[in-house]
Formats: sequence, structure tokens, C-alpha cells
Amino acid sequence: MSGRHGIPKSRWLPAYVTVYLAFLYLPILLLPIFSFNNAATTTFPLAGFTTKWYASLWHNTALLEAARNSMIVGVSVAILSTVLGICAARAITRYRFRGQRAATGLIMAPLFLPEIIFAVSLLMIILQLGVELSLVTVILGQVIFCLPYAMSVLISGFGGFDRSLEEASLDLGETAIGTFRRVTLPVVAPALVSSLLVSFTVSLDEFILAFFLSGTEPTLPVYIWGQLRFAAKLPGVLALGSVMILISILLLTLSEIIRRRAEHRLRAEGALNA
Amino acid sequence: MHETPMITIEAVNKFYGIYKALDDVSLDIAAGEFFSLLGPSGCGKTTLLRSIAGFDTPSTGDIRIDGQSVIGTPPNRRPTNMVFQNYAIFPHLDVEENVAYGLKRLKLDANEERRRVGAALDQVRLGHLGKRRAHELSGGQRQRVALARALVMRPKVLLLDEPLSALDKKLREEMQVELRSLQKAVGITFILVTHDQYEALALSDRIAVMFGGRIAQVATPKEIYQRPTTRQIADFLGGMNFMKARITGETSTRLTVETPRFGGVTLDKPLGFTARNGTATVGIRPERLRVLWDDARAEFELAGKVVDRHYFGEITHLIVDVPGMEQPLSVSETNNFGADDIPVGDAVRLAYDPDALVALSD
Repeated sequence: MSGRHGIPKSRWLPAYVTVYLAFLYLPILLLPIFSFNNAATTTFPLAGFTTKWYASLWHNTALLEAARNSMIVGVSVAILSTVLGICAARAITRYRFRGQRAATGLIMAPLFLPEIIFAVSLLMIILQLGVELSLVTVILGQVIFCLPYAMSVLISGFGGFDRSLEEASLDLGETAIGTFRRVTLPVVAPALVSSLLVSFTVSLDEFILAFFLSGTEPTLPVYIWGQLRFAAKLPGVLALGSVMILISILLLTLSEIIRRRAEHRLRAEGALNA
Repeated sequence: MHETPMITIEAVNKFYGIYKALDDVSLDIAAGEFFSLLGPSGCGKTTLLRSIAGFDTPSTGDIRIDGQSVIGTPPNRRPTNMVFQNYAIFPHLDVEENVAYGLKRLKLDANEERRRVGAALDQVRLGHLGKRRAHELSGGQRQRVALARALVMRPKVLLLDEPLSALDKKLREEMQVELRSLQKAVGITFILVTHDQYEALALSDRIAVMFGGRIAQVATPKEIYQRPTTRQIADFLGGMNFMKARITGETSTRLTVETPRFGGVTLDKPLGFTARNGTATVGIRPERLRVLWDDARAEFELAGKVVDRHYFGEITHLIVDVPGMEQPLSVSETNNFGADDIPVGDAVRLAYDPDALVALSD
């Protein structure tokens, strides 16, 4: 049997894909399943449906504290990464300068560096400097880590931005500030929103930096890790994990939709300009 | 004509470091004129246009629009509007919103604004596409949106930066006709930047040819084509046969030369002419040489041999070696009479009019 291009079609390929996807996503599916299970252990058969683990989340002050910390860190990291990302992406897409490739590479590098090494080095420096560990140190660490994500979204957004749009606006009588408001911002807005969402999501799930740099104020992943030592706390953690997965998926989907729509629009524009 | 020019460029220089983008440019453009800046890329034509629009500032010199100096006036407060090379249609707005963009600043009442947008779109025959986005438009339609968006502002001067270069040949020719009639209809000054000599010749009332930041010649299309002042201009505006001729007489305006095979002629002396070792460059356009068929006779003839032939559909280029001339002559002949059938190697006689010869500065 051969496929369309004469390459023999393997009957094993669909099986492999099924196993692969099951391995990847079944464990994550187990999370919400057990989070609704009316038992403190994660074993089959299921003992009945309950939402008590979710309800218990609301009465757990330590957890709410951790959630609040995560929100503070996530929002700060999202805004800082995006602002810094805007500066870098604008420079990279608009100007040609010496060391441009090197600069881009160095900004993107944290994506590929072992995060734990990165976290340990940062911790050493922070302790050397005598700075107290707090949410601020977590934010600083995570900004460096989130910047590559923000940058890649912003570069694709700004790369299609045509400078003559701003000139056309000035030419039609608009002021510099009006031009920023009526042309620059709307055209790059999808990339900005997308960058904020991606940075926030990455920060929300980030564990290693948060663990090393957070001191006495844990973020959600650090809190979850701490709870895993107590078997009784497991169902609550599963409920919390389910909520976090849901939030992450929603945010990433939203950001991807926004980014694709913007890219489609700009690419259609760029095709003619090329 | 003693009216105030619409645009006066006075001794404008523009430096980028040590690079001189504009070199002592002076120019008057009349109200209602279709004026073209023609030259190869890097000749300064776009810099000059952008200086008029306000995106570039001259290093020295003055630019006046309708009598008012605009040096220091930002683009948004100049009575000019521009059609950009890539059209720069706002991607987040539809066609109507693009055209209305500049009007929003004027705070017209809603009806008046709608009426002007509609009229501008009708003018460029886009009335039916008002709700489309930029990415749903063809190149020609984007070009029209850019035109409508600029014209709706009722500028004193419309600036066009290579507006047709992104279009394919057929559409480009259609848009040329349309641009010309649009200019006649609105009656305002158009300044067109182009590197396409045919476009400049077909559209303009006058053309300024630019090389290396300087204006080489300003004249009507016919004059610039038939009476170029320098060899460089002649070359840029289509083919020309060049020859060295010995100067036998010279007045302040006229030059008498002895040419290799075109005899002794007296020609207009081009501006800024200087003789080199007592010789001048003389040129004749290929289409001003005609093949003489059978035993036809002409007052001025020369004989040669066809050494090459290039077929171009409606015309044929014959390369004719004439004894005593350094370079073979290029002859452009229509194919009405069978010039495309003349075998390479055949002897031909050519007729010419001595008035078609021009003296050129090197």
C-alpha cells in the first residue's frame, strides 16, 4: 500500500500518534477527573462526584495568599516584559545597528538556557548584593525569563508595521500624538495584548525561579509543591491545578487568536509592499 | 506668466553627513501644473519631494508653497498631501475610514464629511468598495484609495512618490491615463516622482531631470526628449546615437560642427557647453533615421550595412555599420514596410533630417 506521494503508508503511524497524544495529555486529564472525585486518594474506581475540593480552596488562606502573590507577580511581569519587549522589538525591526544579531540572540537566550542554573546564579548575585528575597526578586527573575516570549510575539507584530503609515497620518494633518493614538496603537495593539497574555501565562506557571527567589511569599506553583508533601492536601491541589490549567489554556488561546488575526492583516498589507 | 509660482525651491541643499542628497536645487512650479521629477534611484528626487511634504528638512535654502516659506512647518500643517509609494493604506480601517481619516481633524458635520468622502471615492471610481479593508483590495484599488484620501483634503499640491511602480505594465498604463485626467479635473498642482521616462513624458506638463542631487534640465516632455542638453539626459530618456564632431564655428548660442557622416551642421548650443579638444558630442535619436526603400531618394542620406537586427513587435531595431563612423548606428523603424525582413548583411541607405541632430554637453 502506498500513499499519495508513493511513500508507503505505515499502519503503525496512527497507533504511534495515539499513544504519543495519550502520554502527553491523559495525565493532565486525570487532574480534573480526580479533582471531582469524592475521595482523598487518587485511585480508581472513582468514589463519586463532589465539588468540595473546589469549595475548600476558598477557605484556604495560605492558598489565597499564594494566588494573590501569583497575580501580583504575573501582572507585573507581563507589563514589564511587554514594555521592555516593545523597546527591543521596535529597535530590532526598525533600525539596523552594529551587534543587532548578537543583541537579539542574547535576549532570546534564556529560552534555551537551563533554568535552574540561571536561577541559582541569580540567587547567588541577589544574596551577594544583600537584597532580601521577595516578590520583587521573583518579578525581576521572571522578566528576564519572559522577555524572549514577549519579544517573539512583538517582533512578529512590529515586523509588519510600515513606517509610512505614520507618515501618511502626519501628512493628512494629524499630530504626532494623534498619530500614535489613531494609527500606531491600533495597528500594534493585538501584538501588545498577545505579549501581555503570553508573559502572564508563562509567569503564572513558572516554578524554578519563583522557588529560588520568592523567600517567604510563595507563588501558586511554589505553594502547590509545598502541599504535595501532605497526602491529605492532594485533592485540593488537584482542584487548584485544574483551575490553573483552565486559565492558562484560555489565556494562550486568546493570545494566539489575537496574534493570528493581526498577523493575517499585516501580512496581506506587507505582501503588496514587498 | 508672471503669477506667483505655487512652489518655489530656492538654492536647496541637503546633506547626510558628507553625502550631498540635494545640491543647490532651484525650481519654480506653477499652479495647476503636472510636474515630474525624473531620474535614476539615488538622484535626490524623492528627497526633494519629501522636503516639499515636510518629512525631510533642507540643510540650507528655502521652500515656499503659495508664497509662504514652509521651512520649519511640520507635514501636518502644510497644504500638501502625498500618495506614498506603497500607498500606506491604514490596515485597521476600511476604505471610507481611510478617506475620512484627515477630515476627522477638521470636525466637519457628519453629512458634509460623508458627502466629501463619497465624492472623493466617486472621483477615483471606488464608490462601491467603501466598506472593504486594505487587504481585500487589489494594487490598483489601493492606489485609488491613496489618491482619494489625499485629494479629499483639497491640498494645494498633490505629491506622488512613484505611485505606479508597484503595478503591472497594463494597469500602469491605464492608471497613467486616469492620473492625467484626474489632474485636469481637480486642477491642482501635481508633483510626480518617477524613474520611468515614458511615464514622465506621457503625464507631465514639465519635467525636471535629476542626476546626483542636481537638476540637469527642466523642460516640456517634447523639448527634453528632442533637445536634451547633456549626453546623460539624452541617454536616460531613451536610445540615442552619439558621435564626436569637430567644431568649426561657435557663437554664444550656436555651434557649427563637422560630423563624420552627417556633414556640416549648425546646432543650438546647449546650456553650460564646453568644447573638448575642439570637439562636441552630437546625437540623433534612432527613430529619426529612416530606411530608404528601393530607389527612393532623400536630400540627406547615408549608406551602410545591416550588422544586427532586433525585433520588438511594432518596431525593429537595425544596427547599421556606416563606414567612417566609430560606432554603428541604431535605427528604429516601424514594421509597416518590412524592416523586420531586411537580412543581416544587406546594404541599406538611411535618410535623416539635419534638424534632428542635437549638440550635447558631456
